[in-house]
Amino acid sequence: MGLKQNLHKLKEKYKGTKMAPAFNALHTFLYTPNETTHSGSHVRSVDDLKRTMNTVIMALIPCLIFGIFNAGYQHYAAIDATLRLDPLGNFFTWDNFILGAWTVLPLVIVSYVVGLGVEFIFAIINKHEVEEGYLVTGMLVPLIVPIDIPIWMLIVAVIFGVVIGKEVFGGTGMNILNPALTIRAFLFFAYPTWMSGDKVWVHGAKAMAGQPDAISGETILGSLAQNHEPIYSLWDMFWGFIPGSVGETSTFLILIGAAFLIFTKIGSWRIMLSAVVGAIAMGLIFNGVVDQGWIKEGSSFYALMNETYWHHLIIGGLAFGIVYMATDPVTAAQTNKGKWIYGFLIGFMSVMIRVFNPAYPEGVMLAILLMNVFAPTIDHYVVQGNIKKRLKRLKVKTA
Amino acid sequence: MALLSKKDSKLILDPLADNNPITIQVLGICSALAITAQLKASIVMAISVIAVLAVGNVVISLMRNIIPSKIRIIVQLIVVAALVIIVDQVLKAFAYTLSKELSVFIGLIITNCIIMGRFEAFALGNGPWRSFLDGIGNAARYGLILVIVGFFRELLGSGTLLGIQVLGDPIAKTGLYAIGYENNGFMLLSPMALIVIGIIIWVQRSRNKELIEE
Repeated sequence: MGLKQNLHKLKEKYKGTKMAPAFNALHTFLYTPNETTHSGSHVRSVDDLKRTMNTVIMALIPCLIFGIFNAGYQHYAAIDATLRLDPLGNFFTWDNFILGAWTVLPLVIVSYVVGLGVEFIFAIINKHEVEEGYLVTGMLVPLIVPIDIPIWMLIVAVIFGVVIGKEVFGGTGMNILNPALTIRAFLFFAYPTWMSGDKVWVHGAKAMAGQPDAISGETILGSLAQNHEPIYSLWDMFWGFIPGSVGETSTFLILIGAAFLIFTKIGSWRIMLSAVVGAIAMGLIFNGVVDQGWIKEGSSFYALMNETYWHHLIIGGLAFGIVYMATDPVTAAQTNKGKWIYGFLIGFMSVMIRVFNPAYPEGVMLAILLMNVFAPTIDHYVVQGNIKKRLKRLKVKTA
Repeated sequence: MALLSKKDSKLILDPLADNNPITIQVLGICSALAITAQLKASIVMAISVIAVLAVGNVVISLMRNIIPSKIRIIVQLIVVAALVIIVDQVLKAFAYTLSKELSVFIGLIITNCIIMGRFEAFALGNGPWRSFLDGIGNAARYGLILVIVGFFRELLGSGTLLGIQVLGDPIAKTGLYAIGYENNGFMLLSPMALIVIGIIIWVQRSRNKELIEE
């Protein structure tokens, strides 16, 4: 109990001073606060914001560990292609882990230090408590960027994302856009050469470009957008032995994370399910267009349109976005009917953006951001529709 | 400022501080988003608007007693249109490449809300000298915001100022680029201009609490 006592003493010492929120945050981050609400009725629940956030982080840990191994694996496999013949045997090795940890952990640390730093500064300036909102964002950010993103770019993007995406709206719970995706979108538009192409997904590819032993690794969406046949098997895609952003490659682990989130009732199964349905619907439409022969083989959309509809679910970041970011309780639609519409349109538009805009191979980021903006509108109409329905019922009865 | 009485100097200075057309009245945003990717274009736009608004205010002010109020909007439009065409022609004659860069936006000064706004709100009710000062004051503040936004967008987006590479050469990798710095492509897109203006408004309001509305 020593640490708790000390933290508590430290907190009492700084009570009422400028730095109080910072110490309060440290105190409540590690332990349950020993204060209770003084007046009014309030809900008692074990699921406070901190617990919610920690559950999502637990669901993300497998993706992070897999991402660390995958970072090393993709690097060595790009140098020695024979490793790909037996992915499972060559995946969980020390070499992979050491190289992966060396490249991925700095991203995690930087994301947390910078993001929480901004949160602490704003809490002190605005004299409110530090919110736990960044805990999940800080874990999501390193998982959705390419492995070799320069650290200073990440710092700039995190500051931008937290300040413009969240703090200007009033902090955690008030933001319109998902902060992690705001950070990624900023990187994507600001530094496109570091966020797309065939040189950024494998560690070292950019640094070794132009040399005789140069390596490269294209994402599956990247190759399809250029009408190349991807070199990976469907099982590779499902288990995640493919190049991509750090933590989004393994559909298998994302499914486990999704099951965990649904079981703990943190993530909305309505959003996840309807997004999958939306993606399948759009995929089927495109497949139908190809079957009808309306699009010729030479067309730049052909390869992506011709991709069997359910493949879209296991390639790219669609699954990761649907499970971990579309379900963000702050930015998603709040009503149940709204969640169906919101999720469906995310899946639908992700696949549409993928196919129609080769410059943005991964559509799920833009689709989720777009639907974040529309979520309040959807909710508004759902609520209004409900009011109208009930009014009608009332009239029938009274008439 | 012996030249100007206290009331007159307020006309110039007030719009510079708390009555800024862009950040307080939120007028003239279109052009502020469209042409501020380059500092040079921002400066030329600022000067053009200053010229049009100052002269236009004087003209309207001189005519204010003879314009029938039913057709005053048309008269105002004709005055602005004439002045804008003059500015456009001058630019085409003396700075052709720049006028190509600004393309339609010089012509679109006609639709700049600040101009019609000052005609209606000020020039129709005040004498030519005061209208002149008011025109310069408002347009200068508009221009000031344009130049601030243009400065940051060009510096961070292209690494240049007025076309001079101040941060080093991105291709030869000198200066800042030698240590891995890269230009921020987002700065060249219009949404970033809106965000920069938003930040200016934020700074201004946190310095002057009176501006915060409930």
